[in-house]
Parts: sequence; C-alpha cells; structure tokens
Amino acid sequence: MGCLRRYMLWVGAVTRRAATLRMGVFAVLGTVLVLLISGTQRHGGGWARGSGGISGWEAPTDTTGWPASFGFGRAATPQEITAMDISMRPDGKGLPPGSGTAGEGKAIYAIKCSACHGKTGTEGPYARLVGPMGDTTKARTIGNYWPYATTIFDYTRRTMPYNAPGSLSGAEVYSLTAFLLAANKIIDSSAVVDAQSLPRVKMPAHDLYVPDDRRGGPEVR
Amino acid sequence: MGDKKRISRRRLLAGAATAATVALIRTVSGQTVHAAVGVEDPTKKPGVPPGKMGTRSSFEHLVKKPSDTSSRSPLQDFYGSITPSDLHFERSHNGVPAIDPEKYELLIHGMVERPMVFTLKDLKRFPALSRICFIECSGNFRTGKETLTPQDICGLTSQSEWTGVMLSTLFREVGVSPKASWFLAEGSDAAVMTRSVPVSKGWEDAMIVYAQNGEAIRPEQGYPARLLLPGFEGNTNVKWIRRIELSDQPFMTREETSKYTYAIKDGKIRQFSFVMDARSMITFPAYPVQLEKGWVEIRGIAWSGRGKISKVEVSTDTGRSWYPAQLQEPVLDKAHTVFRLLWRWDGQETEILSRATDETNYIQPTLSQLVAARGEDMGGYHLNPVTAWKIRRDGAVLFRPENWK
Repeated sequence: MGCLRRYMLWVGAVTRRAATLRMGVFAVLGTVLVLLISGTQRHGGGWARGSGGISGWEAPTDTTGWPASFGFGRAATPQEITAMDISMRPDGKGLPPGSGTAGEGKAIYAIKCSACHGKTGTEGPYARLVGPMGDTTKARTIGNYWPYATTIFDYTRRTMPYNAPGSLSGAEVYSLTAFLLAANKIIDSSAVVDAQSLPRVKMPAHDLYVPDDRRGGPEVR
Repeated sequence: MGDKKRISRRRLLAGAATAATVALIRTVSGQTVHAAVGVEDPTKKPGVPPGKMGTRSSFEHLVKKPSDTSSRSPLQDFYGSITPSDLHFERSHNGVPAIDPEKYELLIHGMVERPMVFTLKDLKRFPALSRICFIECSGNFRTGKETLTPQDICGLTSQSEWTGVMLSTLFREVGVSPKASWFLAEGSDAAVMTRSVPVSKGWEDAMIVYAQNGEAIRPEQGYPARLLLPGFEGNTNVKWIRRIELSDQPFMTREETSKYTYAIKDGKIRQFSFVMDARSMITFPAYPVQLEKGWVEIRGIAWSGRGKISKVEVSTDTGRSWYPAQLQEPVLDKAHTVFRLLWRWDGQETEILSRATDETNYIQPTLSQLVAARGEDMGGYHLNPVTAWKIRRDGAVLFRPENWK
C-alpha cells in the first residue's frame, strides 16, 4: 500500500506541473490501470505473489449488510486447542516434552518400522529412510533430501506406523527421530534428541530449497 | 374386452416370457433394481417404474482405475466438463475415513482474535457460494508407452461444482491477525494430512466446501467438508479438514518437504510450487479408439490454475501448423474448458496435438521446454507438456510417449 501512496503523490505532482492537459490525463489513466491490476492483492506477505491471473476471480463476497460477527460456532477452549494442536514448526514451537537417543530408537525401529522400511532403513519395500548425503542412492531420503529435522518428529508421530497411526508416544518418536538422524549420519549416535536440540539440527539438504518462481506469462520455469 | 381381471404390474414384469427381458441387476452402488436388459422391442413391454435412485444404463461401463494410493477418472469417456461425482479422481495418503457429520468440528486458532470451533451445521449457516473448478494432483503426468489412455496419462484431475463458505468469511469471523502470513490446514484421515498455505490465498478464493454437484461432498472427496484452493495442487486442498492454524511462518510438513517438491537446475529443490500451470489434453480421438476416415470432431479439455483459458490450438499435422479450437462457453476461471475442432481425416498417418494458452499468456510447453527449464532430474511434479496422439493408416490411435532421460 505504501507504493500506491507514493504513486498517487507522483501523479499529483505530475498533473500540477503538466505543461499540457494530455499529460495529466495520461497520469490519471495510468493510476486507474495500476489500481485495476493491483486490486486483488490484500493480505499476507512472506510468499511471493502471482497465484491469480491478471483478471483473477473476484470472489463476489459483498459484505455489505453483514454483521461484525454472525455468532455461529463457539469459542474454542484452551484445553481443546492444546489437545488438537499437534503440529510443530521448524523453530521447535509445538514439540512436546520428552527425549530419546539412537540406541533406544534402534530397538523400537526393529519392532515397529523394519517390516515396511527394511532392517537398516534402506531395504524397503516401502519408503527408503536412510541414505546419507553423498551416498550413491538415487532415492530421496531423510539424509539427502529432507530440509528440517522437526518434520521427522511431526510426520512420524501423526502417521506412523502406517497401520496404527498415532500410536507412538512422544518419547518413542524422539528415540526414532534420533535413530534416523544418526543412521543418516546427521547426528552422533550418542546425541540426545529433545525439544531444544531437535530444532538446532541442520539438515544437509536444507540449503538446496528455493521457493517457486513460476509466474505464468511467457516464460517456462 | 371381456376380461376385467386386474393384472398387477409386478406379475406382468415377473412373468415375462421372452428371454432376458427383465433381470434383477445389482448396480455398482449396491442397489438391486429391475432393469429392462436387452429388451428386444421396448415398445411391447412395460418398462421399469420410477424409483428412489437413478442408475446408469447397464450398457455403460465407466470406471476409475484404482491403484494403492489413487484412482484415475476415465477422461476419455466424459462429455462436457463436469465429472460425475462417483467418478471424480481420488488420492489419499492413508485411505478414506468415515466421518459422522453430527460429530464433525472445524477448529480455527493461532494468530486470531477469537479461536473458534464450527460444526457442520454452523458452516452451513454462513453465507454460501457455489463455483465450478478443477482439482488436479500435481503428480499427474504418466508416459512411457503407446497404449495409454487419457485416463492413464492425466486421469488425476476432475471438475465439480463446489458449494460452501468462503474461507475469508471464516477468517473474518475469527478475526485473523494482519500479521498472519500462513495457515496450516489439517485433515482428519489416518494420514492426518497437513499443508501450509499462504494466508493471501485464504483471503482470495479459498473455500471450505461441503457440497459437490448439488449434494453433500463425497467421502472420497472429503466428506463432510474439505478445503478448496482453486488452482492450487490437489494435495493442498485438504480433505476431511478439522483444523486451521494461523501463523507467521510455514510449518514445513512432510508433504511440503519430502513430497510435492522437485529438483530443478543447479541441484536446487523447488518448494511451495502451488499453482497448476495451463494444460490441455485431447480426449477424443485417443487410444484405444479406432478411427474411421472422414469427418471427426477432435475434442478435449484445457485448464489453468492461474485463471481462464484464453485459447486452445490444435494441430493435425504433427505440430507443423496450428488452428484455434472452439471453446465451450462459459469459459470459467480455473476450470476445465472443453475445446473442439472439426477435422477431416484423409487416412494418412499423422499426429494430432493440442496446446493451451491461459490469460497470463503462458503457453503450454513441450516436454523439451520443461526439461530445458528444470533440468533432466526434474522429477514428476507439475508436468503439463503438450502431448500427441499418433493416428496410423489403419485408424489405430496411439499415444506418442516421450522420455527425457
């Protein structure tokens, strides 16, 4: 919005200095064009723009006559939120208390994971988990492809084992996370993984990630 | 006119003498109906009385092609642009859950003024909207052999009319903070699917939809409610949605790191590749059609996650020359658009192709253009290349597979 304000000031200055009426008219028309093109951009930053086309789809949600609040639904209680909020961020926010080591994880892995992921996490038949960066494997593994260590904890706790999702305790998940990080040669096998240390683990593939830069238009990216 | 005895319709039907006039048919959906199967002259026998549920003709055999993880729509068998609801493609990461609509709740919390819980009844009370748009999986390109149908090549896309509440309406109700830039969408399937979505999309045209083609959304598509992000890759349209958390950064879930990312040049990995680029596919004539010499209307569908399709060009001479096809009105934003071109096949061997352009002036690329842009290790996501059907002199139509490695 700051750009728009500066543009309007420029238009004002131009029209005042305009030697001819035509220049002023073009400045106003130019402003109108800019407003039309930028009209759909509202909230949010962080992620680059370009999700809509030039005309976009104007959601015909005319809020004229709407109350400030419809009063539908109910307030969420702190207990409900705590119970439902099982996600975590790369900065560690959301990680539960508890800890684990690779040694503890190895035992759990053998019983609960190896049937699908293989004895050493390389044999399958399902997703290969182990393959340190620089290894010859073509498979995309935790070691050569995952950019954040917290994802291992999040995903394992919510979905694994596949036939009994959500059945692992926080301590088990910390142990399994430690086991997988150590197997991928990212942490030492004696390291303790907990809510403080896990977010600090720098994954080998982290710096390879770049955001999408496709914008439509004539260029193929 | 002597016989005044009433003959019941049931007796008439049951007592049919001629062979194979009426049979008890078990439909695909499990209903048992009387159907006039192969009646030699339907003008001579009463037909089936009106019933509670419609059926498909027993002569029609439309089916999806299921695998362990997904099920493909039979694009070559469709007319128009709406996908019959029971043939909408499926993709899940640990199966389809059965959710009781009476117990369903959607929690919206995080960087909001008022964290709230909405039941399905609550969601249906808000001002609603209907729109038609496609959903497409971003891993929707298969190649490798000639004997592939449109269903095989790109059957992970379908179109419905969706009805629900704009997510912006719910954002307004809970008071989303102006500092929020992302939201996490979480499903209630066994995969507890999560994706981070830019909040700008939430305000723009995102919806929480609960109806599909006039009735409750199907379990395979997210019953009782799903997130709809028109134009965004299918995985982000979280089904069976149970929670939305507003945040100032992405959560880096498994589906936006380990999956749904792809290698591009210089060893880089492209992330948050949300929008489905413009694409078209000729659905007729396609493998395994046997074409007759003479007039044929080439048809297909074109779509773009960035807005409307502005044109579709078709070539009938292996890409040497291109003609604009007719687009079926209305051409809608982020929607499958039917295109048609009348052509006279002279019996000579040739290839037919289609190429879409969307309103951003993006032209559907060739596979070589995609490889040139992304490198040979580009992986299988967001591949929308121009494809070709070979027509042999004997009328056989085959896919022209291209490999890039």
